[in-house]
Amino acid sequence: MAKKVAFLQGNEAAAHGALYAGCKFFGGYPITPSTEVAEVMSAELPKVGGKFIQMEDEIGAMAALIGASLTGTKVLTSTSGPGLSLKQENIGYACITEVPCVIFNVMRGGPSTGMPTGPSQSDVMCAKWGTHGDHPAICLVPASVQEVFEETVRAFNLAEKYRTPVMIMPDEIVAHMRERIVFPEPGELEVIDRTGPSVPPEQYKPYDTSFGDIPPLAAFGSGYKFHVTGLNKMQDGFPTTKAEIVQAEEERQVRKVEANKADIMKWEEYLVDDAEIVVVAFGSTSRSARFAVDEARKAGIKAGLFRLITFWPFPEERLLELSKKVKAFISPEMNLGMCAGVIKGCIEGNAPVLGIFRVDGEPVNPGQILDKMKEVK
Amino acid sequence: MAGRYEIRFSGAGGQGLILAGVIMAEAASIYQGIQAVQSQSYGPEARGGASKSEVIISDTAIDYPKVTKCDALLALTQEACDKYSHDLKEGGVLLIDSDLVLRQPEGNFKVTKFNITNTAKNEVGREIVTNIVALGAMVALTGVVSKENAEKAVLARVPEAFLELNKKAFNIGYDKAMAAKA
Repeated sequence: MAKKVAFLQGNEAAAHGALYAGCKFFGGYPITPSTEVAEVMSAELPKVGGKFIQMEDEIGAMAALIGASLTGTKVLTSTSGPGLSLKQENIGYACITEVPCVIFNVMRGGPSTGMPTGPSQSDVMCAKWGTHGDHPAICLVPASVQEVFEETVRAFNLAEKYRTPVMIMPDEIVAHMRERIVFPEPGELEVIDRTGPSVPPEQYKPYDTSFGDIPPLAAFGSGYKFHVTGLNKMQDGFPTTKAEIVQAEEERQVRKVEANKADIMKWEEYLVDDAEIVVVAFGSTSRSARFAVDEARKAGIKAGLFRLITFWPFPEERLLELSKKVKAFISPEMNLGMCAGVIKGCIEGNAPVLGIFRVDGEPVNPGQILDKMKEVK
Repeated sequence: MAGRYEIRFSGAGGQGLILAGVIMAEAASIYQGIQAVQSQSYGPEARGGASKSEVIISDTAIDYPKVTKCDALLALTQEACDKYSHDLKEGGVLLIDSDLVLRQPEGNFKVTKFNITNTAKNEVGREIVTNIVALGAMVALTGVVSKENAEKAVLARVPEAFLELNKKAFNIGYDKAMAAKA
């Protein structure tokens, strides 16, 4: 049978990806340019026995997500910059309580209300450091409508597998762009469910590290009861200020992601093997970069593209390796150098990082990248 | 076709230009079986302000989803024409509403003009189908998707009660552009 094909926006693809992954709850507050995710979820969730709630605001939406997820449900919210700022307190709460949830954030111009309909890539640092304190961060940055679908499924898998919030952050161009999408059949993409308890309720502890760094999570309503708090906690979920427990627990929470980087990181290398200039790009900017790389090759310039699909955790080791053999990196981005800064932080000064930074609501175009390549001596 | 063909639909917010672009892209991607990407840019206003919808059509995979050198431009308002004609390439197709765009950009373009908005209002009967009249005309002028595939894409997007209205709008736009072109 022929597969189902459609011509969809990135935002619509995200909603369909969430449903494919088994999402049964959406809590959110509409905001341009992400509202289509909520629109599709509000229409589709009731059909599969799910619940859609438009909350009073963004932090309320995060609270709803945490509560719903604790009942054993896969949960999604969607927002954009200002909404991401408002969610931060409860994102931290989900980090420390280790509650799986997926946050779909469309990057628009900022800070504050900024440029609601203009594209941006300036929320990538907010994905890691928006909420205070040390905590794990996973952030995915798809570049096509098909990839938005697939990465949304992967975002759910990572959230459930590692018991942590996962952010998926297309820029406005990818979110609103329409392309052909081929829907995967059920079973074609891996769908991961969280691990439940293997002990009876009276023996269950929600942060029981005898099961490893990622303790099984019981569902409220299934006969298991446990304490949930934003305070530093012991294995049974109750608060503690005991130094050695707090230290070990904080380190474990960050280690859930750090020790599993190889499983979480994803990138694509295009013509990188013999490249003297490597463009590091993500989202819609990576599409400009690929266009520019093809043009550069035609002109005899040895350029390649390193396309980030996972932004956090960042592929530090691979970029360090490449930095030993390239003449320069180019970092085109719709912000004032956030990714360039991260690249510089991991390549030990081995190569220059040339930036092309735009915050005027217009995409970095291929011509700009090509011009920058020509500056490399 | 060989390589990228870049089309921009522009006018004021609320004129349905984004939808016109979506239908053009669906005609290419779903019905014609070639590659298409549609994107848009608009202001925070619900109506008014310059608005554009861009469609890239290609026989190979499309990387950059926006216009680099515009092959064909539709401008329904003077503001849109002034704002979005700067990268129309030499010899490119320019379709303008002759009642609303009085200052034409300078350059060597294949210009077609007719009273698009008034055609929708008076000949089709509803101003709301201005975008479909313009789409019919752009299909005729660009030739990148067949008339049949474009019409299928239009009808697939329209509620049943308005099929005839949109079919009429599409065909009048197509025929007027063909006549104006010749």
